[in-house]
Amino acid sequence: MSDVASDVIAIIAKKKRVDKPNVDLSDRLEDLGLESLDAVEMIFDLEEKFDIQIPYNANTNNPRTEFDTVGDVVKAIEDLVAKKKKS
Amino acid sequence: MTEVSRVVVTGLGVVSPLGHSAAGYWDNLKQGASGLGPITLAAAAEELTQKVAGEVKGFDPLKHFEERQLSTLDRVSQFAVVAAREAIAQSGVAFDMPLSVRTASIIGTGTGGQTTHDDSFRRVYLEKKTRVFPLSIPKLMVNAPASQVSMFCGLRGPAFAVASACASATHAIGLAFQMVQSGQVDCAVTGGAEACITFGTVRGWEAMRVMAPDACRPFSIDRKGLVLGEGAAVVVLEPLERAQARGAAILGEIAGFGMSADAADLTAPDLDGMTRAMQGALESGKLAPQRIQYVNAHGTGTAANDLTETQALHRTFGAHARKLAVSSTKSMVGHALGAAGALELVATLLAIRDGIAPPTIGYLGPDPACDLDYVPNKSRALPIEAALSNSFAFGGLNAVLAVKKFS
Repeated sequence: MSDVASDVIAIIAKKKRVDKPNVDLSDRLEDLGLESLDAVEMIFDLEEKFDIQIPYNANTNNPRTEFDTVGDVVKAIEDLVAKKKKS
Repeated sequence: MTEVSRVVVTGLGVVSPLGHSAAGYWDNLKQGASGLGPITLAAAAEELTQKVAGEVKGFDPLKHFEERQLSTLDRVSQFAVVAAREAIAQSGVAFDMPLSVRTASIIGTGTGGQTTHDDSFRRVYLEKKTRVFPLSIPKLMVNAPASQVSMFCGLRGPAFAVASACASATHAIGLAFQMVQSGQVDCAVTGGAEACITFGTVRGWEAMRVMAPDACRPFSIDRKGLVLGEGAAVVVLEPLERAQARGAAILGEIAGFGMSADAADLTAPDLDGMTRAMQGALESGKLAPQRIQYVNAHGTGTAANDLTETQALHRTFGAHARKLAVSSTKSMVGHALGAAGALELVATLLAIRDGIAPPTIGYLGPDPACDLDYVPNKSRALPIEAALSNSFAFGGLNAVLAVKKFS
């Protein structure tokens, strides 16, 4: 597992609202019981951790439809980190 | 049961992004003007992601205060005092003894003296200065607007601030209404004030991810969130007999007040809480739902508020909901947080007086989930006998005023 993946998993694990010992890449965000404020807090943690900007407006973005699984979030963060390194 | 007084409004005062008087503000609302524009007040505004707000433009404190007075007056208190002076002047009430000690000054504010806060923290954290301005604390405290209104206007009765975020002004006016109604006081000068467009506050709102980048489009398809505003509005409330005895012009009647708490989520709106507050206002005003023609909605322009408020209107009014004109004047002045309820009550009173429902501007088309008549983009002639003014705050604190045409 990449460093990004383990960091993302750690951040998501802090916010999950279900009793599940481990968060895996294949876990669906919906099944972890994440709510809209959790998303805002998670995005803050991810931005701080990776020093990136994640475009997100709670009124128009729905993390549950844009990102199905934890793996989808990892992929998006990896892309943003790669883009940042290039610029 | 002890007899209660009817409570009437005899004075209005406004400082807003659409004018520094109640008349100017109302003229612009009727025309569907926008008071939103680029943020200029915040230090380092160019660093902010959010570029747009409803700022009070061209407000020169020295037109209203002596320079020596300004060392104790944050922008929020300046707004409150200027609005109170206008309302009192219009009412024609002279606060001599004994009326002075029988008059309440209750002013809501969500955040208090944010300009002073921001300046002070900037000095100590950024500029590494070892001291802040000596009167920073009494200038920034949330009761400063209420205290300054009491001092500048000579009001010696019950005076305090009400803080319930976006419902502060409505809670303040509601309490003042109840005090006049029950005879605890003979007059009240009440409303709300906010001056929250500072670097730190805007950063805080950005972090919540609820701000629209361009315009506030309540109830509309493709709405993107709220836009901050600022300003103040103050009303003078009196028992009907007192106003009539001195031959005052009566601008409207406060008929009822409803409050509720969601006891659910800190930020998500709640259908049950909103509904109970509206029902409470109707019941305390002895108004059947069918008697309401207009609702000045909380209508922040966020996805969640506008959807839930629409559902709450359906639940409160049943089939009559479809006959209501519902508009959000926040589309024109932004969300002035603790001042919003007072600015909106003034809009509601003047809508009743003139028989004109102000519009919801920036409306691009119907959202299937928001299926009421939101008076899109253009004001409308509409005889209004009674109306509601809704305020639903973060923290799940709801307050609604019911207003009637005076007859």
